[in-house]
Amino acid sequence: MEVLVVFLPLLAFLIAGSIALFGGPKAQPAAAGHGHDHHSHGHDAHGHDDHAHAALTHDDHGHDDAHDDHHVVAGPPTAGDRTAQFVTTGALLVSALLSWILFFDVAVGGHPRTIELMTWIQSGTLDVKWALRVDQLTAVMLIVVNTVSACVHLYSIGYMAEDPQKPRFMGYLSLFTFAMLMLVTADNLVQLFFGWEGVGLASYLLINFWYEKPSANAAAMKAFLVNRVGDFGFALGIFAIFVLTGSVQFDAIFAKAPGVAGETLHFLSWDFNGLTIACLLLFMGAMGKSAQLGLHTWLPDAMEGPTPVSALIHAATMVTAGVFMLCRLSPVFEYAPTALEVVAVVGALTAFVAATIGFTQFDIKRVIAYSTMSQLGYMFFAAGVSAYGAAMFHLFTHAFFKALLFLAAGSVIHALHHEQDMRKMGGVWRKIPFTYAVMWIGNLALAGLPFFAGYYSKDMILEAAYASASPMGRFAFALGIAAALLTAFYSWRLLFMTFHGKPRMEKDVYDHAHESPLVMLIPLGVLALGALFAGVGFHQWFIGHDRMEFWGKAILALHDHDSIEAAHHHTPAWVALAPLVVGLIGIAMAYVAYIQMPGLPAKAARALPGLHRFFYNKWYFDELYDRLFTRPAKALGYGLWKSGDGALIDGVGPDGIAAATRDVAARASRLQSGYVYHYAFAMVIGVVLFVAWLAAFG
Amino acid sequence: MASWPLLSFTTFLPLVGVALILLFCRGTSPDVVRNVRYIALWTTLVTFVLTLFIWINFDARNPGYQMVEKAAWIPDFGISYHMGVDGISVLFVVLSGFLMPLCILAGWESVQTRVKEYMIAFLALETLMIGMFCALDFVLFYMFFEGVLIPMFLIIGIWGGPRRVYAAFKFFLYTLLGSVLMLLAILAMYYVAGTTDIPTITATQFPRGMQMWLWLAFFASFAVKVPMWPVHTWLPDAHVEAPTAGSVILAGVLLKMGGYGFLRFNIPILPEATEYFAPLVYTLSVVAVIYTSLVALAQEDMKKLIAYSSVAHMGFVTIGMFALNQQGIEGSIFQMLSHGVVSGALFLCVGVVYDRLHTREIARYGGLVKNMPKYAVVFLFMTMASVGLPGTAGFVGEFLVLLGVFRDNTWVAALAATGMVLGAAYALWLYRRVVYGKLVKPDVKAMFDMNGREVATFIPLVLVVLWMGVYPSSFLNMTSASVEHLIQTYQTKLAASHAASGVSVAAR
Repeated sequence: MEVLVVFLPLLAFLIAGSIALFGGPKAQPAAAGHGHDHHSHGHDAHGHDDHAHAALTHDDHGHDDAHDDHHVVAGPPTAGDRTAQFVTTGALLVSALLSWILFFDVAVGGHPRTIELMTWIQSGTLDVKWALRVDQLTAVMLIVVNTVSACVHLYSIGYMAEDPQKPRFMGYLSLFTFAMLMLVTADNLVQLFFGWEGVGLASYLLINFWYEKPSANAAAMKAFLVNRVGDFGFALGIFAIFVLTGSVQFDAIFAKAPGVAGETLHFLSWDFNGLTIACLLLFMGAMGKSAQLGLHTWLPDAMEGPTPVSALIHAATMVTAGVFMLCRLSPVFEYAPTALEVVAVVGALTAFVAATIGFTQFDIKRVIAYSTMSQLGYMFFAAGVSAYGAAMFHLFTHAFFKALLFLAAGSVIHALHHEQDMRKMGGVWRKIPFTYAVMWIGNLALAGLPFFAGYYSKDMILEAAYASASPMGRFAFALGIAAALLTAFYSWRLLFMTFHGKPRMEKDVYDHAHESPLVMLIPLGVLALGALFAGVGFHQWFIGHDRMEFWGKAILALHDHDSIEAAHHHTPAWVALAPLVVGLIGIAMAYVAYIQMPGLPAKAARALPGLHRFFYNKWYFDELYDRLFTRPAKALGYGLWKSGDGALIDGVGPDGIAAATRDVAARASRLQSGYVYHYAFAMVIGVVLFVAWLAAFG
Repeated sequence: MASWPLLSFTTFLPLVGVALILLFCRGTSPDVVRNVRYIALWTTLVTFVLTLFIWINFDARNPGYQMVEKAAWIPDFGISYHMGVDGISVLFVVLSGFLMPLCILAGWESVQTRVKEYMIAFLALETLMIGMFCALDFVLFYMFFEGVLIPMFLIIGIWGGPRRVYAAFKFFLYTLLGSVLMLLAILAMYYVAGTTDIPTITATQFPRGMQMWLWLAFFASFAVKVPMWPVHTWLPDAHVEAPTAGSVILAGVLLKMGGYGFLRFNIPILPEATEYFAPLVYTLSVVAVIYTSLVALAQEDMKKLIAYSSVAHMGFVTIGMFALNQQGIEGSIFQMLSHGVVSGALFLCVGVVYDRLHTREIARYGGLVKNMPKYAVVFLFMTMASVGLPGTAGFVGEFLVLLGVFRDNTWVAALAATGMVLGAAYALWLYRRVVYGKLVKPDVKAMFDMNGREVATFIPLVLVVLWMGVYPSSFLNMTSASVEHLIQTYQTKLAASHAASGVSVAAR
């Protein structure tokens, strides 16, 4: 069953991929014009039918914005498209169902297990296996990944209906899911790395799905490269762990970790505490993948991808891989308290900084992206204060409500002809009531209002941070509360700007605004249920009194570090109430600023121009990195090429020698003067050299 | 099968193909040319099958030389015809056999002038390459090693691009310079050991001072071949001017001769010098990884970019072998194999579009994914393999090398690991400019996707890259015993000489 869960999506990818490449006539745009004429004719005929059909049901004359290029040849779903959609979505639905069965067996029933598939890399004492490790932690990830992925697959059938490359899109989604499943079922660091880079590749491909847009190309590359910077640390971390414990397999590492806690590791020119440096290096990988402050710049740009991608990869699953990694490695991190403090600080700063950027942005997807980054920060500092259960719980609830928010945003975008700028939205709530309603649910869950999912997980994180013994706990708590205020504010800012007020789009667009088709609404409904009940239904297991039995050995929090335990016992009432209070204040502020006095935000921005510009420009991280790394690297490369290779090495080396030889040859010809003593002299020199050589080696 | 001279048979079989071509194919009519191509293809295919037999026949648990053939050649000087393979060389023989049919296919349509000579050059090249990896006598080795230069020189010089003469001479000059020094070293070793038999010389202890000079002489030759920074500048020019198949062989096999030389000679024969000079190798290799990656970032010519990336990847190879532990050396061998396949495939990818548009200038392309989706998939796959994505061949070698060197020197590991980032940068940058973007240029629009022959060329490459990435044990198992033996030899000799020098110091 485990094998099925993981490999069904791979199979689906292969089938959809083949259809995209060989089977589907649509995969070959007519522009190629070589041997595909026949197909394109066929499509044209169908194309007209479909437009009429589409206008009746849910859509009209295609989308008219930057994505437009791809809709030129948009036609009806061909047999190939249908097959690809059916196969991928079907595979994911089966996988999701099986994951839930596994969840109840493994996590609730308490039967963790590992299935070894085969050897991967074996060299000396290094022994890496392909294996599927399904313990409680993995079981949780399996349901998160597969449920959201199944919803997104289904949603994509509707959302991408106008796109000519459906099989390719569905295939990429399945490929991503497979890589993500390999990541969460890894039994060793190297397979984790495999999944890690695999999801990176899928993310690269999906961000770049509309490959004709230069901005998408740039964003995809940036995502891959920034992640590579993180993976640079990740790889070194794996090596450090191997040097310390002699293994890369989880159980072996965990068994050795307490024993090597005090050992030093000579890294670069300094002696570090071995586990601390190893954990920090691994954490660098987590920072890249989960867009933590410093390595976060790729995430907002990744919104160039189609919205279902943002929901699946850049909100619910891939970006939480870093959190998963921290929890998976909790038996190691627990013995590296300094590393944990760094994690807490980075997480807290991320939560705060992202929130400050989020409330100045106008692109609906970017707002949600910064919100995601901010929530990831919460998960990280939860892990940093050893509240791994809370981190995983927030990962779990967040997956539902954030995927919901993204897909709802997608529904809005879909309704408004691919408009993403909130300044050109407004007043559409009557037109798309279902979307509006689920957006409310998502927002309430995100802001952590009682009984919604986020209420349980986020509050626990804040309480645990407050109650934690970690010196960074209070710091994280303070920033977390501040971020909670901003979160509520920008969430309702988004809601009000999008759905309320006067419509700010063109009249034509407004008139054509329409609710999404059923195939998109069902996933929204499912996720809305998750956003409603994931908190109340699961908190006993994840963070409540049953958590010890629930998590079993999958998570380790040393007794002194156990901040969830502390939170259960020593939380002052004001700490428990604070998140709710600031959340309500944030909502009220947004109401005042965007419903009652719509002129206020602009005035505020004018009053504090420097601060606003600073936030709006995302704290100038992109500009900084561009100056520090991107441009110097290119300039250096060019300089080394021209002056290093060209002038110096070639100039002195081959070209120089060639020139010198010509020179010498010219002189030699003068030397051939006919005088015997010249030749004799040359011979003597030769003999001397020969004797010298014999003396040296003979 | 021991009685059957499999290695010699494999080595010289391509020459049979040459003989067939010379005997039966006269004139330049299309039929004759076609026959020449088919003879070359079938010869290389049969040779490949024979190399597979060598692989099957090879006992992975035996660290020594296998399928050994030895015959007196010039007995007065202790020179013999001595062939054999061990775990270090056997897979290179297979690699040579594997790439050669693909090279013939790559030149199927693009080479229209002097087809006969072209095929003969390649077949001769195959004999020399396989012979070089099998030779166990220095004179024999030297002949093969230097002999390789000649067909390669001709391939670049005759079928190359506009600046082919400059490139061919640069290539020749560099490699010859190193070779002369190696010849001197071989002579010096002969004086001490009284034989040119490689296993015998490997067992000989050379005095420390002499080791240093010998090491440098070998190093000069192999470093040029690898190529290591700063003697790498011949490679981009040679690649740019060489025909596609020439580039494939150059990157796929010829560069490996340098790495192979280090493993076969420098490390086991000259352990003290190896220990002494390892920091030098580390330094040059790290510089190579970072420097050439940055330079690759600035390239405007597809082939030049991939050539520079080769230098960076080979930097990993030299780093790994001088880490002198199991993971490092196995990783470097694996990296050589994977680089052989992957960079060969990348050059073939360039060849595909070059055949259509006759330019290698990156800026002339763009948006190819639209009209050449199959090509885009293959190119992406190979780009990812070159970047070292786990699950492809590129990852395993890189990972093992870095792991190995991390155990030895974390600075080197950390600096070399920046290659992970820079490598992704130039590879994706290339891919983006060629494949993504809007398809607007009319001549690019007119390009058609890969034909059956091209697909047939790439399918085996893709399968092998996947196989090496997912189940590398098939390859690592072959090398592990011999690598263990190599490390043991190195350490025993080193310990012995340390003990000896300790005594002499005490005596003083």
